[in-house]
Amino acid sequence: MKFFNFHLMPYADMDVSLIREHGSAWVTFPNRHYDPKVGADLYNRYLDELEYADQLGFDGVCVNEHHQTPYGLMPVPGVLAGALARSVKRARIAILGRALPLVNNPLNIAEEFAMLDNLCRGRFIAGFVRGIGAEYHSTGVNPAESLARFQEAHDLIIRAWTEPGPFEFDGEYYHYKYVNLWPRPYQDPHPPVWVPSQGSAETIAWAARHRYTYCQTLGAIKTVAGFFDKYREEADKAGYAATWDQCAWSTTIYVAETDEQALREAGPHAEAIQNEFLRMPFEMLLPPGYTSLESFRHIQPDMIGKPQTVRSLNDAGVIIIGSPSTVRERLAAYQELAGFNTVLVKTQFGTLPADMTRRNMEAIAREVLPYFQEAGAGPA
Amino acid sequence: MSHTEAMHVLAGVRVKLMQGGPPTPGARTMLFLHGAGGASQWLPFMDLLARDFDLRVPEHPGFGDSDTPDWLKRVEDLAYYYLDVLQELDLTGVHLVGHSLGGWTAAALAIKDCSRIKSLTLISAAGVHVHGVARIDNFMGNPEQSLRALIHDQSVADQLLALDVPPEERERQLKNRFTTARLVWQPRSYDPYLPPWLHRIRVPTHVLWGEHDRLFPLPIGHEYQRLIPGARLTVLPGCGHLPPIEQPQPCARAVTQFVQAVCAQEGRA
Repeated sequence: MKFFNFHLMPYADMDVSLIREHGSAWVTFPNRHYDPKVGADLYNRYLDELEYADQLGFDGVCVNEHHQTPYGLMPVPGVLAGALARSVKRARIAILGRALPLVNNPLNIAEEFAMLDNLCRGRFIAGFVRGIGAEYHSTGVNPAESLARFQEAHDLIIRAWTEPGPFEFDGEYYHYKYVNLWPRPYQDPHPPVWVPSQGSAETIAWAARHRYTYCQTLGAIKTVAGFFDKYREEADKAGYAATWDQCAWSTTIYVAETDEQALREAGPHAEAIQNEFLRMPFEMLLPPGYTSLESFRHIQPDMIGKPQTVRSLNDAGVIIIGSPSTVRERLAAYQELAGFNTVLVKTQFGTLPADMTRRNMEAIAREVLPYFQEAGAGPA
Repeated sequence: MSHTEAMHVLAGVRVKLMQGGPPTPGARTMLFLHGAGGASQWLPFMDLLARDFDLRVPEHPGFGDSDTPDWLKRVEDLAYYYLDVLQELDLTGVHLVGHSLGGWTAAALAIKDCSRIKSLTLISAAGVHVHGVARIDNFMGNPEQSLRALIHDQSVADQLLALDVPPEERERQLKNRFTTARLVWQPRSYDPYLPPWLHRIRVPTHVLWGEHDRLFPLPIGHEYQRLIPGARLTVLPGCGHLPPIEQPQPCARAVTQFVQAVCAQEGRA
């Protein structure tokens, strides 16, 4: 199994009660709460952490994209991936992912990713997402066009990477007289494409058809197993057998000497991300059209944003927190249950401070990684 | 007034059409284009208009029980659609009344072709932007917050919120919300290319506005009045964004008086 260190780069040094008072950490949470001195320190600290992950033996480092929120300070993840491309010497560098529908010129993303792939000499992984619903409030892009724009932008980017230019592109949303990418990507035919999602049926089927690695975000392990099974079913329908390598599970791991100690230490920080940084009204999370009317009917407002405790998250297998042996056993059991060969691990989460993050990374590298990296479990 | 309700194929789309009018024949035709909330029910406001007019209330394509055609992406599409409907039904001398999204549609229709309409009434119409005027975001609030923000007299909101809404009506409201978002999300509820052509509206026009409209505040009504030649403005005191619902009688009275004055003028000419 491969271990990727996933960073959300939250605005960790803040009083989370401000979010509670405002009602949400997204879109309208006032940016007067952002202190550039604090932010600058955090950016540099987080980049140090990802470089450390490389030194500790993680197989990859990941950043992602969100807008107008202290949940994650990476509206332009390419800036951070660019910084890492020179300092991360060995690990792969993944942007999981960039939100394709939110830009009006997707060729910018094709260019940016091709540049990154050149900079790191082919260690880049290209993640494509739609962005969460809140981002359609932030950017003004019509949520009703989200899925169609995503697919069209994807088609354009893949063609720009693989077809000899210049060529003409006439889509419904994007139109170019000349597509002629300089630079072309380093990897041939192009960087691996990974598709993170919260479990949308449309996205799972689409990723499986394209044989892209599907990354499951924020979910209890039983639900995750269902989504990965769905992916494998869709692959069967498309006429091939998917391997475990095509499924990646995104989770949080925190290791301490004993289960109790780990829960006690991680508790407030894990609860801060779940209950505060992720807080948003239903209407902000799901603007009309972001999902199909059919999918929307199955979502009830009370399903969103229920407060959780670290124990309930841990028991449901959303996160893995415990002693080294507990973490190893649970991760092995979850891998067996759900069938995945990559785990995207948040080693920093919510308000977790620097010293605890480093200790956690070291413990994972020492106590967990070696037991899994050797073993290529599952059908390859 | 009694009214009928039936599904019709109009200009290639299966839509619900409500119709009502006085028992005596020869009443003038009035076409009402509803707002984002839809037109799933015959309202007291419609009943009042149907005393004097042969009132037609279609449920727009993409709303309520009407079908959703693939071509429906912009308010412009609705405007062209209703031009097709007027032509197909061969309606002439129509008094066109539109509320909110329907007002925008009516204005977009009228700049293209006024040949089948005799007068235009825009009630709290979307479509025009006035720089610097603060507007609420009705996609951010929950259903109760959104409704309360649209109504000035909160006792009216209380009554509406106390109503038992059956599941099929909830389903229509959800569909209406989805279609509205598709049509108005960006730019939010207006078309920057509309105002330069409002001068083309050459039929008597009545701009009717709630004094306390927070979704499309009164300066937008003033802008419509300024840009449409000879337009008259009526402000309904103590009223929010939904005059047909919040003040059905004053609203229907204002609509009727204007249209009758237009007809009387024409009779004298």
